[in-house]
Amino acid sequence: MSLQTKANKRYLNLYFQVHQPRRLGQFSFFDIGTGRDYFDDDHNQIIMHRVAKDCYQPANLLLLKLIHKHPGIKVTFSISGSALRQMEVFAPAALESFYILAATGAVEFLSETYYHSLSCLKSKREFYAQIKMHDDKIHKLFGVRPVVFRNTELIYNDEIGRLIQGLGFKGIVTDGIERILHGRSPNRLHQHPEKNLSIFLRNYRLSDDIAFRFMQKNWSEWPLTPTKLVAKLDAMQATENLVTIGLDYETFGEHLKASTGIFQFLEGMLAKVAKHKTLEMVTPSQAISLIKPLDVLNVPESISWADENRDLSAWLGNGMQQDAFGSLIKMEAKINKTGDPRLLNTWRYLQTSDHFYYMSTKDGDDRGIHDYFSPYASPYEAFMNYMNVLSDLELQIENRVRDQVHSEYAKKTEFLTPDELKKLCNDQSKWKPETLTF
Amino acid sequence: MKVLMFGWEFPPHISGGLGTACHGLTQSLAEENIQILFVIPKADNHTTNDGVKIINASSIIIPLREDHYPPETQREAEAATKTSNVITIVVRSGLQPYNSPGVLSQQSSITQWNYQFSPGSLEKVKNETHVRYQFTGGYGPTLMDEVENYAKVAAEISRQSTFDIIHAHDWLTYPAGIAAKEISGKPLIVHVHATEIDRAGENGDPRVYQKEREGMEAADRIVAVSQWTKNIINSKYGIPAYKIAVVHNGIDPKEKMKGIIVPPIGKRIVTFLGRITHQKGPQYFIDAAVKVLRKFPDVHFVMAGSGDLLPKMIKRVARLRISSRFHFTGFLKGDQVDKIWTATNVYVMPSVSEPFGISPLEAARAGVPVIISKQSGVAEVMHHTIQIDFWDIEALASAICNLLQYESLAKTLIHNGEEEVREITWTKAATAINRIYHELTD
Repeated sequence: MSLQTKANKRYLNLYFQVHQPRRLGQFSFFDIGTGRDYFDDDHNQIIMHRVAKDCYQPANLLLLKLIHKHPGIKVTFSISGSALRQMEVFAPAALESFYILAATGAVEFLSETYYHSLSCLKSKREFYAQIKMHDDKIHKLFGVRPVVFRNTELIYNDEIGRLIQGLGFKGIVTDGIERILHGRSPNRLHQHPEKNLSIFLRNYRLSDDIAFRFMQKNWSEWPLTPTKLVAKLDAMQATENLVTIGLDYETFGEHLKASTGIFQFLEGMLAKVAKHKTLEMVTPSQAISLIKPLDVLNVPESISWADENRDLSAWLGNGMQQDAFGSLIKMEAKINKTGDPRLLNTWRYLQTSDHFYYMSTKDGDDRGIHDYFSPYASPYEAFMNYMNVLSDLELQIENRVRDQVHSEYAKKTEFLTPDELKKLCNDQSKWKPETLTF
Repeated sequence: MKVLMFGWEFPPHISGGLGTACHGLTQSLAEENIQILFVIPKADNHTTNDGVKIINASSIIIPLREDHYPPETQREAEAATKTSNVITIVVRSGLQPYNSPGVLSQQSSITQWNYQFSPGSLEKVKNETHVRYQFTGGYGPTLMDEVENYAKVAAEISRQSTFDIIHAHDWLTYPAGIAAKEISGKPLIVHVHATEIDRAGENGDPRVYQKEREGMEAADRIVAVSQWTKNIINSKYGIPAYKIAVVHNGIDPKEKMKGIIVPPIGKRIVTFLGRITHQKGPQYFIDAAVKVLRKFPDVHFVMAGSGDLLPKMIKRVARLRISSRFHFTGFLKGDQVDKIWTATNVYVMPSVSEPFGISPLEAARAGVPVIISKQSGVAEVMHHTIQIDFWDIEALASAICNLLQYESLAKTLIHNGEEEVREITWTKAATAINRIYHELTD
């Protein structure tokens, strides 16, 4: 069934990002090689418990109530694999509440990388593998396969668009920043310059009104009310027919505690929109079937939703971040060679963008936000801890490869041929030839 | 605005941060059109300071007038003179300058950095109607007497001069500040650069503690060089927090020395620079060095400075069998410090209790990555540093290893540290002090 864009209708897509990194524990230089655990899962558990209790469960319950009351309400979730897994292990009731919400049919799930990683920047193979892993997980949990992709921290460029379309996705979400819009409105469905890929542009002003300015008492429009927000939507031009609001789901009850009235705001806003005559809530896949994208969007340089710059500088802005990320990516071939799923999983958890975010040395307003999320006292400690972990992982990989070579050698009942010997040496640079010369 | 300021040290005669701080602050206050009469115990031709009038306390002639001092003060002074075995030199004719012997040799002694109160000599130039005190201006055996006499001189100066406010730096000058306040009735600021709690923990000299406390109680406002120090003043001296303002020290910009200008002891050098005393935590540096050397056997450690713990530290290094990688330089002056920076890969300040700590700023200015203890005031303003607990040797050693291992860490710290230190200026400190002057006088 082909739906037509109704005249005077304005569509609203509201998506929530759910993410929890798997945070590292303290790992000193002297822990390298000791076999100590990298992740502080006790701490991760405490955080997951808190966020589940204060945010995920009450917010899901509220949405469930509202969806039953107003069938017009549609919401979208983008949940990282890292968050899903921690929910599964530490807070299964929270995961169940998402499941119940999904069963209403008013909810769509977006695709992303399982590990909330920056893999799109360096390794196509990793990028694909992690997207597949995530979508398999979503399918297993909620019985659906995502058709629209949302990259880590809304990182996007034309090349990422090509890759994503190549994987069969119909659309992608990124941030509607001036640098790419050149004065045009973000409140339209856009289109990749070459590929048949719809681009959803988050209206960051409206989104930040809620996420950042809700409690900013010196803001001229404070306090934000559902009426004010809907008035802003009404004040848009007729051609602005698709508004995307994207928020950290943790905005509700975690970043902004329940006592701020943020839940009442969410309830009021959704009820108002649901009753509104010209506003209609949609999920991204519905929007794609309703709206024909006419505006072409060129994004030659990477953008994101983070920091004032809205580029990659939040994760790769200084030498430490680039060094750490480069060292991580360099290990790909070796990791794959071990064929050890446990090591691979660990390596991938180390790809989570948050680890690099903590290493940012930016000043000003950005620093405050980085500090808020960081479990470290300073970016330098974040870097040291991370690099020590990475050094340990590298040792583990080398040991594993060496073990493999040893066991392969031990399996041989006859002497190696010169060719085999040569191959063995070439295969494994760490295998010291002198040990073969006895 | 005219300020009568009391200090104990002034460049080039300095032993630590106090002289440097007084110099930096007065220069910037002068730029704000504050007139300063700066009194120090002993000045010479080398003591110059643009825009600030230096008063040499050793040159002040005090008329012996009974009415200036209550009789009991006189008696106490005489009693003290007798019990402390003071040698009084009476010069009947004229007022000859008197060079006290032994000052230079005392300054080169490795134990000069801690205060000493054993009986010693005090010199006084006196005739029937006038007296003049010859101060050593150091921290020698006669220190307590010098502090008392300095207060007498201060009283005389405040009689002779006009000013709007009194500003006294550290306990040595608090009695002087109190005396000046009693005579002039002008408001008194005591500026706390360090406390006896920092220097000696709970085992400090009760007389010093007493003088500090008297100064703080008599003051109309206390300036602490950090929140760390403010907390100590509040909790250990019982001074209400509202009376204490925090004004962080600053540093002047300076060109970096080019090239490496030190003996070629090693490719990678980790440096400790400061007084080798309990306060500075030198033993933690040594213990961390042992751990680092297990991972990086070719790294060299330099302990620059002097102090009462130096012999003990040398013994400790020898006992740990790391002397081939550990170097003691003794006290470094002026450009010797700059030379050390050119070769230093990591600077460590593991202070047990550091009111501020100017050396980390100097290191950052010279492009050296900095590790400081969380128990330091400078940690409040230097974010681009690695901060550890002074007792956490494992964390300190780990941080040193990380800096040696990961070049990008050192580079990022150097780059951001240099930028940050440019913003930590004496101008900012002077502006804050000036505001306090006006609050107290308007």
